[in-house]
Order: sequence, then structure tokens, then C-alpha cells
Amino acid sequence: MATPLTLKELSKKEDLLTHGHRMCSGCGAPVVVKMVLMATEHPVIAANATGCLEVSTCISEYTAWKIPWIHTAFENAAATLSGVETMYRSLKKQGKIDKDVKFIAFGGDGGTYDIGFQSLSGAMERGHDMIYVCYDNGAYMNTGIQRSSATPLGADTTTCPAGSVIPGKLRARKNLTKIMAAHNIPYAAQASPSHWMDLMKKVQKAHSYEGPKFLNIIAPCNRGWRSKTNDAIALSRMAVNTCYWPLYEIENGVTKITSTPKEKIPVVEFMKPQGRFKHLFEPGNEALLQRVQVEVDAEWEKLKNAEKCGC
Amino acid sequence: MAKVVAVTGNEACANALRQVNPDVCGIYPITPQTDMMQRYASYISDGKVKTEPILVESEHSSMSACIGASAAGGRVITATSSQGLALMWEMLHIASGDRLPIIMPVVNRALSAPLNIHGDHSDAMGCRDTGWIQIWSENAQEAYDNTIQAFRVGEHMDIRLPVMVCMDGFIISHSIERMEYLEDAEVQNFVGEFQNLYPLLDLDKPKSYGPLILTDLYHEYKRAQHEVMLKVKNVVLDVAKDFEKMSGRKYGLFETYRLEDADIALVILNSAAGTSKDVVDDFRSRGIKAGLLKPRLFRPFPYEEIAEALKNTKAVCVMDRSDSFGGYGPLFMEISSALYQLQQKPALINKIYGLGGRDYLPSHGELVFNELNEIAKSGKINIIKEYIGVRE
Ligand SMILES: Cc1ncc(C[n+]2csc(CCOP(=O)(O)OP(=O)(O)O)c2C)c(N)n1
Ligand code: SF4
Ligand SMILES: [Mg+2]
Repeated sequence: MATPLTLKELSKKEDLLTHGHRMCSGCGAPVVVKMVLMATEHPVIAANATGCLEVSTCISEYTAWKIPWIHTAFENAAATLSGVETMYRSLKKQGKIDKDVKFIAFGGDGGTYDIGFQSLSGAMERGHDMIYVCYDNGAYMNTGIQRSSATPLGADTTTCPAGSVIPGKLRARKNLTKIMAAHNIPYAAQASPSHWMDLMKKVQKAHSYEGPKFLNIIAPCNRGWRSKTNDAIALSRMAVNTCYWPLYEIENGVTKITSTPKEKIPVVEFMKPQGRFKHLFEPGNEALLQRVQVEVDAEWEKLKNAEKCGC
Repeated sequence: MAKVVAVTGNEACANALRQVNPDVCGIYPITPQTDMMQRYASYISDGKVKTEPILVESEHSSMSACIGASAAGGRVITATSSQGLALMWEMLHIASGDRLPIIMPVVNRALSAPLNIHGDHSDAMGCRDTGWIQIWSENAQEAYDNTIQAFRVGEHMDIRLPVMVCMDGFIISHSIERMEYLEDAEVQNFVGEFQNLYPLLDLDKPKSYGPLILTDLYHEYKRAQHEVMLKVKNVVLDVAKDFEKMSGRKYGLFETYRLEDADIALVILNSAAGTSKDVVDDFRSRGIKAGLLKPRLFRPFPYEEIAEALKNTKAVCVMDRSDSFGGYGPLFMEISSALYQLQQKPALINKIYGLGGRDYLPSHGELVFNELNEIAKSGKINIIKEYIGVRE
């Protein structure tokens, strides 16, 4: 039985990623992980790609994980977990284990969209029973805010710095959620910690399917976004309400928008509080700023059409 | 009861793996290994093993998945060659650093560029510092026997390390030889049930694998890895003793051939050692005291034992089937380190032979022994490192 998603019931659940980890205060990633684990019924085994989450939660003789957890390298959380899951299936078939176990991989956007893309695609294609959760903070944060293919258009990062000639990142984001859905997996969805009920429902729904599932969850990083330490939830809400980060799911190939903003806010409202977009508000960069809105609108229209046509 | 068969090295290894019947295996094609795991896949499809395969999309993922499976708790195998082993390199360190007894036959093949699918030792030599135990094999029989023994060595409770079993690509992997198989039950009995250590699947006692460890303790972890390697030699010898009881075939840390009273000797790995033994016989028949030493355990390397075995020789040639460009051949570097500790050392030279599957012929061995004979008499070395069998 899945835990009812009420604050009363959820408050009785143990945190499976405990306090004592060393992520920056106000970081979105541990909030995302806690929500995912809270919506997961025991027992669960997690794999983690190298990145902020991994380096900050298991250091020397301390671990913040109350569940079995494995980190091996950067580009292979999906492959590593596929091995764990295969051993589980082997032992289960041999009658050496009888429990039902869930498997979740956590990777940052760099470890998922970029270097871990092949191993993720392979694991999804092979059909391993796991949820792959990408906590997307839009850059390689652990190594100091370098551009990834999830970095938003126009953003200033340390490898696509906004300079006097080049105004930050000139390419739009890769649409990984769609790419994962194109693997014909039963469930792929996008979520945000601001909409915790929606997020947890998606986790529960994902767990209800056997086979590979993919969740892409926005996870604000105040260091990389150059925002206030207390605005992770507000910013992730703004990402949803501007349709920069639409909440939707693709279940058995059918697209559904799970939360439509009452009023679609201009994307600049999401961008203004973030230092990584500061240069776009300076004279001369109007066109790029305009392009950001155009891209967001186009993606949003495509998504609405996909929902309408039932595909 | 032993069964005499005529099989290739790949078939022999696949059969050894079938007899062990592990829980999980990673499968990915690369010449000349492909045929081994293809055979294994048929065992799976025909229900001859309980193994769950992971048909990965790369060798990097294969080793990653093997690490995950091994940490989960169970017996895990894969096999590879050349570029596949090179692609695994990052993960090889993680398998050994996490002390996971994964067993991997390596069918030795040259590395690109230029692309070449034939046998040399560049692949396994390139990862000799990854913390894996390496056992090398002259022929199909040895590859088979070493594969079976590897499980006992790697899984030993005092060791818990991954093991590579090396054999020469094509020369051994694809040539049919007469050899003997053990009975399935004998092999099963020999390797025993897999003993788990800190499995992830022990859900009641959650463990974290793969922490971040910086200046405070990393050094200590690495020393622990060094120290466990020191215990490997004895375990290899104990396992070999048990194996001999079962099979009648004797194994050590290395093999010596007519070396006891030899004045001149070759040190040579794998299949070319077989060819060289004939050359030794030929020289002996002419009254020249030639001998040979064939390393079996390359990691950890038995420095003292090998120095002891070579100490009475006058001149030794180390034959390398791979090169450390700008340095000496990798086997030469080990032998010369081993001999340095001796008061009285033989003269030492290094020949690079057989790269990319270039044939190693008895005539090559003859030339080397003739040169050693001269060096033994004159004490003079012309050139320390030299390529032989080269088209000029
Ligand atoms: C093969 C490899 N290349 C590069 C690195 C260096 N590295 C470690 S973490 C990291 C960035 C991780 O970025 P992301 O996956 O987005 O996670 P985040 O740190 O942002 O949470 C990089 C580049 C590595 N560990 N391994
Ligand atoms: S750098 Fe960003 S992602 Fe990393 S811990 Fe800090 S806030 Fe979180
Ligand atoms: Mg990131």
C-alpha cells in the first residue's frame, strides 16, 4: 500500500537521506531526493552518479543514506544500478531472496544528459526495473558551474561565460524527458519540488510500473544560479509558472500536462532573481532575452499539442 | 574423471565459466573474445546455467554493471579484449578499490592505432596498475585451469579482489588443442558456494558503497590494497595445491623449464613460451645450458621468487609482447627490478616481439639464445632493448 500523500501521513515517515549531509544550505537537490524517497515504499536501493549530491552525502566514514547506496563513477549510475537489479533478479529466481525491492538511480544533469547518456539509454532499452531520477540544476555544479546540455539558453557559466563578445550559452537545452519517453518506457515525467504532491504522485506512479522509468526534476542551485539561499522552492515554482519547466508526464506514450499555470508568467520573472542571467538584462542583449521567451513558448505549444493529439 | 577434448581456448574458458555457473555476467562483443561470451549466451538460452546476463551497450557499462552486481552480492563474470579492456580502465580501479571479486578472462589483443585484432599483451599490460590480480596462461588447458582457480583466489575471504585471466588472442583463443576437462561436479565442489561480504542486498543492514575519501584516509585505503596484494601469492599457491590434488596438474607463481642449471634464459609470457621451450631443448641437445621462465602470476609480481630462480644464470633476455614506448618493455621492468636486489646479477636484455599478432618463430628464439650465449661469454651487451622479427 502506498503511503497516502498527506502531510500528516508523510510526517510519520523516516527521512532516508538524513541531516548531516554537506550540501550547501538552500540546495534543491536533497529536497528532491527526500521527496522521491518519501514517496517510495521500502525497501529501496539507490545508485548515485558522481556530482554534488554524491560527494556531499557519503564522506570518509560517514553516510547520510539510510538505505543501501552505491556510487561508482560519473557516467554510469544507470549501468551500475542495472547490475544491482540484475543480481537481485538472479537471486530471486534462485529463491535466495524473497523481498520486493525498488531501485532508484540519482544523477545530476551532467551525469545524465551528457556523460551518462549512453549508459542511461542502454539501461532503459534493456528494461531494468528502476526509476532514473535526474536532479537537474542546469550545469556541472560540483566542478564549479560548467555548461551542460541542460544549461538554459543565455546562462552565464564558467565554460560559456558571458563576455564582451559572447553573451553566455547560445544553444537551447536538450529535451531529455522527451528523448527518454522515445525509448518507449512506460513512464517518463517532469516534476518540481515546488509541487511536492505532483512530484510524489509521479514517483508512486513510476513505481507502479515494472521496467525502466525516468523522472526529470528541477533542483535549484543557489551557487550556480547565483540566487538567494532561501529561494529554491520559490524559483522552482516560478520555473513551472513561466512554463520554463512544465509539469507533465508521458505514460505509455500518452502525454499529459499535470499542472497548468493559472496565468503563464513571462520567463524573465524566473530569470531576474538569478545572477546567471544578469547580463541578459543589459543593453545589447535584448534579442537573446527575447529568444529565451520564444523558445519557452514554442516548447509549451508543442507540449500542449502533444497532449491534445494524445501522443 | 577427466574428459579429453579438442577445443579452442575460448571454448575451454566458456566451459570453465559454465561449470562455475555464476549468478550474473556482462556480455559485450569484441574480437577475439566475442566467441567466448557467445558460447556462454547459448548456455543461458539453453538453460544450462542459472546466470542472468546483462547485454550491455559498452564495456564501460559492462564493468559498471558487474561492479553493481558484485556489490549487490553474488558471483559475477565478464570477458573482454583490447579496446574493450581499455574502455573499462576507469572502472577496473573501482572494482578493485571496492574489493569486488569479479572474474574476467582477457583474450589479449593489440591496441589501436592502427587498428589490429591480433594477439599481443598491450591491453592487459596497460592495466597492470589497476589493482586486479593477473594470471597468465600459455595454452587452452592453462586458461581453463586458471579460470577455475581464479574464483578461489579472488573470492578468498582474506583477498576479495577481482582477477583477470589472460590468454593470447587467436593463437590460443581460436586454435584447437587437446586438453582435459574436469567434471562439472568437481569444479563446483572446488570453487564452492559464493560467500557474500557486505552485500547491498542485505536490506536490513544498509551499506554505502563508493564514498568520497580525501586526504584524511585515502592513503590508508590504498595501503590496505597494497597489503592485501601481499597475501595473494600464498593463496595462489594454496589454491594451486588443491587444484593439483583434483586434476594432477601442477601450478606455481611461475613455471621454470630446464632453468635449474641454466647459463642463459628467456623470460617470456603466454603462448610464445611454448614455442621457446622447443628452442631450449634444441640448445640443450647441443650442450648449451639454456632455460626458460614463464611468469604466471603477474600481479602481484613474485619478485623475490623470480630473482631466486634466475640468480645463477649469466645472461637473461626478457621477451615483451607489448611496449612501454620510451621505456623498456613492461615485463623487462619487473624482471630488472627483481634482479636488482641480487648481489650477483645476470646480464639483462629486452626484446620486443610479436606485436599485433606478428608470428613468433623458433628462429627468433634461436637468435636470442645465440646472442645470450655471446653475452654470457663476453659479458658485453650491445643493445639493451630491441625489436625482433621486424620487416626492414
Ligand atoms: C569521467 C569523469 N569526468 C569528469 C569528472 C569530473 N566531475 C565530477 S562531478 C562533475 C559535475 C557533475 O555535474 P552534474 O552531473 O550536473 O551534477 P551536479 O554536481 O551539478 O549536482 C564533473 C564534471 C568525473 N568525476 N569523471
Ligand atoms: S553547488 Fe549547488 S547543487 Fe551543489 S550543493 Fe551547492 S547548491 Fe547544491
Ligand atoms: Mg548539475
